[in-house]
Amino acid sequence: MAGPTVKVGQVGDPERFTPLWAAYYRFGPPRWEPWLRRSGAGRKLVIGIPLVWLCLFFLAPFFIDFKISFSETRLAMPPYAPLLEWGPDHALSFHLHLANYRFLLSDALYVSSYLYSLKVALISTLLCLLLGYPMAYGIARATPTARNLMLMLVILPFWTSFLLRVYAWMGLLRNNGIINSLLLWLGVIDQPVQMMQTDFAVYVGIVYSYLPFMILPLYTNLEKHDPALLEAAADLGARPMRAFLRVTLPLSFPGIAAGSLLVFIPVIGEYVIPSLLGRPDQLMIGRVLSDEFFSNRDWPVASAVAIAMLALLVVPIVLLQRVQARREEA
Amino acid sequence: MSLPKRSLLVPTALAFGFAFLYVPILSMVFFSFNNSRLVTVWDAANSPTVKWYVALFQNEQILSAAWLSIRIAVLNATGATVLGTFAGLVLARFGRFRGRTLLSAMTTAPLVMPEVITGLSMLLLFVALEQFIGWPAGRGVTTITIAHITFSMSYVTVIVQARLSGFDGALEEAAMDLGARPATVFRRVTLPLILPAILSGWLLAFTLSWDDLVISQFVAGPGSTTLPMVIFSKVRLGVSPDVNALATLMILVVAMGVVLSAVVLRRSERRLERERREALAETA
Repeated sequence: MAGPTVKVGQVGDPERFTPLWAAYYRFGPPRWEPWLRRSGAGRKLVIGIPLVWLCLFFLAPFFIDFKISFSETRLAMPPYAPLLEWGPDHALSFHLHLANYRFLLSDALYVSSYLYSLKVALISTLLCLLLGYPMAYGIARATPTARNLMLMLVILPFWTSFLLRVYAWMGLLRNNGIINSLLLWLGVIDQPVQMMQTDFAVYVGIVYSYLPFMILPLYTNLEKHDPALLEAAADLGARPMRAFLRVTLPLSFPGIAAGSLLVFIPVIGEYVIPSLLGRPDQLMIGRVLSDEFFSNRDWPVASAVAIAMLALLVVPIVLLQRVQARREEA
Repeated sequence: MSLPKRSLLVPTALAFGFAFLYVPILSMVFFSFNNSRLVTVWDAANSPTVKWYVALFQNEQILSAAWLSIRIAVLNATGATVLGTFAGLVLARFGRFRGRTLLSAMTTAPLVMPEVITGLSMLLLFVALEQFIGWPAGRGVTTITIAHITFSMSYVTVIVQARLSGFDGALEEAAMDLGARPATVFRRVTLPLILPAILSGWLLAFTLSWDDLVISQFVAGPGSTTLPMVIFSKVRLGVSPDVNALATLMILVVAMGVVLSAVVLRRSERRLERERREALAETA
């Protein structure tokens, strides 16, 4: 069957011979590769995408936060006054409202919750270290099979809901909870011990939730120690305890620092644990911030609380950054 | 080795520590089968029972919140994995460039930043953005997803970076020397190497989002109540037995996932090791 040859749309169809095709025939297909490689555009794109995202959604919010902490509360949406404003006399006015910070310093509630958070964070970091160090040590010294199993057991709770794990302690610590029932049954006590809504419950909840963050960096450090160092110490006559104090402990300092910072920094702003287990009469600063925001709808004061918290955390965060960078180099 | 072998300190700490980590979880599982409404009083006559599981699957509020949380978690995990893989690749392989310190600081800080600060700051950003450019209009799934991606991509970055620093750049350099373009090197060499890390990064990002309460509370709008928000409002009023059932189901899923991924990971490690040995044998 001899039909007319279909030419429409075919490459080289003279009727569709545009300048673009002319260029294509003259120079061949466009060669992006050399241009990409020369200009480094691909490289810049790969660097740029995460960098821009984090600058926009992680870094920029802090500046907005900082700005709003200096503005006045208003009954509007959004409930704060702009810093720069056209006044009634058509003059651009600039309000730097310091009252939020003055308010934080003058009100005993804020100062005491700030100090209380600091105390809770320090003590729970110490408790995590006291429990986590021997555990990490034991895991690092175990046989490979036992080591992998124990590591998995340390990491596993991390994958289950944080909220539900804190909730589990409510069932254990309540007046008619498991621990009290057990102690009553054993006859150790004859009255239930009040454990919920105490400092004790907060420490238990925090140590429980943050223990893996202490164990893992310690383990990574302890596992790398060369046993020859301890043998050398023993050959030189050091008793095991002394060898531990003079060799293992100083060498594990980077692990201790990383673990402690990983616990200390987030605990300062902890919200869920003190809300569910803690005292109603002594709030932590994270709870104060969210109460200001959700209950009082006072965004500027909430921002000022956040900035005050950040001021406390800048040094630990920079330290953590240093420790991590050094660990990467090693 | 340094402590005396007889020392009981380390075994005691290990036993106590693991009991401390697992007794609360096991107690939730145990009492999820309890008949009594008083969560911690075992009603021996009528237990075990699955009535709290039945109640759970009849609770519209919990089911719709769970569905919303799953959708957000999938979106978040996918976005965070792409961005986190880029960041991890850049930090591990791109040497020195302008903004390196900034990028590395911005991937460490979200790991430890108290959630109340991140949540509040993100919300203020979204409000300011809406005021000036009209996007995002209102708060809901979009804002929660963006906020989750921002904090969970750091975890993916750390995992991918750690995996990449486990290999030296020799394989990629070899591919480059053989004339492969950077995109090809990534697709054919780097990506297969870091695939396990990318997978575990995706799963971790999913879990982090699924689990997040504080940041979601700040950036959620009316009508976007995630599962942790429902659980928190229930739990605040006291213990409730259907939450035990929910916890048990979640623990079951996680335990299966962890075991499965450990098996898959070990198998792929072995295959990689075998291929490497075979390649070496061929060259010898």
